[in-house]
Amino acid sequence: MEPAVLTEFTPWLSFLGGSLIGLSAIMVMGLFGKIAGISGITNALIGLFPGQSGPDDRDWRLSFLFGLIAAPLALMLLSGSFPQQSVPTNLVGMLIAGLLVGIGTALGSGCTSGHGVCGLARLSTRSLAAVITFLLVAILTTTLVRHVF
Amino acid sequence: MRNATGFLAGLIFGLGLIISGMADPAKVLNFLDIFGYWDPSLAFVMGGASLTAFIGFRLVWRRESPTFNSRFDVPTNRSIDAPLLTGAAIFGMGWGIGGFCPGPAWTSLAMGSPGILVFLPAMLLGMMAGKRAKSLPLFARREV
Repeated sequence: MEPAVLTEFTPWLSFLGGSLIGLSAIMVMGLFGKIAGISGITNALIGLFPGQSGPDDRDWRLSFLFGLIAAPLALMLLSGSFPQQSVPTNLVGMLIAGLLVGIGTALGSGCTSGHGVCGLARLSTRSLAAVITFLLVAILTTTLVRHVF
Repeated sequence: MRNATGFLAGLIFGLGLIISGMADPAKVLNFLDIFGYWDPSLAFVMGGASLTAFIGFRLVWRRESPTFNSRFDVPTNRSIDAPLLTGAAIFGMGWGIGGFCPGPAWTSLAMGSPGILVFLPAMLLGMMAGKRAKSLPLFARREV
C-alpha cells in the first residue's frame, strides 16, 4: 500500500537538523545541568495544575517550551514560508495517539529526546532499552495500521 | 538570563526538529514503515543529535558546574524495570499511530492543524494519567 503522503530521503538536512537538536541538548546541560527531555520538561509543567508538585526550576522549562513553539514562526520570518507538514486527519486516531504518547512518556520517564538523544549520548543502557522498545513497538504499530488493518 | 537562554535553547531545538523533518508526521510514519514506503531520514536525525550531544556533553562536564545550577543533575536510575519498558511500549504505540512525539507536538502547535489541536491536549491528559499510574502498586516497587 502506498503511504498517504510521499516524502523525500533527506540525509543531510536531517543530519543538520539533528545536530541543532544536539546543540540545544548541550546548551540545556551546560546552562541548567539538566537533560533536555521534552516529556520531562512538559511533565514538570503539568505540576502547575492543582494537587501536583513539580521541580523548582519551572522558569527555564517554560521559556524552553515557548522557544519550541516559536520555532516555526521564526523559520517563517527567515524563509518567508511556513514549514510544510502533513498531519493525520483521523481525529479519533490522533486523540488515542496523544493519550498513549502522554501515558507512555510519563510512565517510561522519557521520549525520543530524553532517552533517545540525551540517553544515547550518555551511553545509558536504561535509555538504550527504552529506545529499542519504543522503536520496535512503533514500527510494529505503523506496519499493522498501514498493511494489516 | 535563565529565561532568555532557555528560550534560545528551545528555539534551536524546534528549528532542528523542523529542518530535520522530525516535526512532520508523514516523514516519521514513513520512517517507521520499514516494510512499505521506507524513508530512512530520521535515522540521520537521531545520529546527528546523539553524536553532537555525545561530544558536547563531555566538553561541558569538564566544568565545575553548569552556568545556572550548582551541579549537573544527570539521572542516576539505571534499572531496566517494568515502568520503563511498559511506558516505552505504550509511547511507541502512540508514536506509530500519530507520528508525533512530545517535542514535535509542541513545535507544531503554531501550525494549527486539526490533528495537533486534538493530539496535544490528549498528550497532556495522558501525562497526568501516566504520572499517577507510576505510583500504582504494580509499578511502585523498588523506587530510588
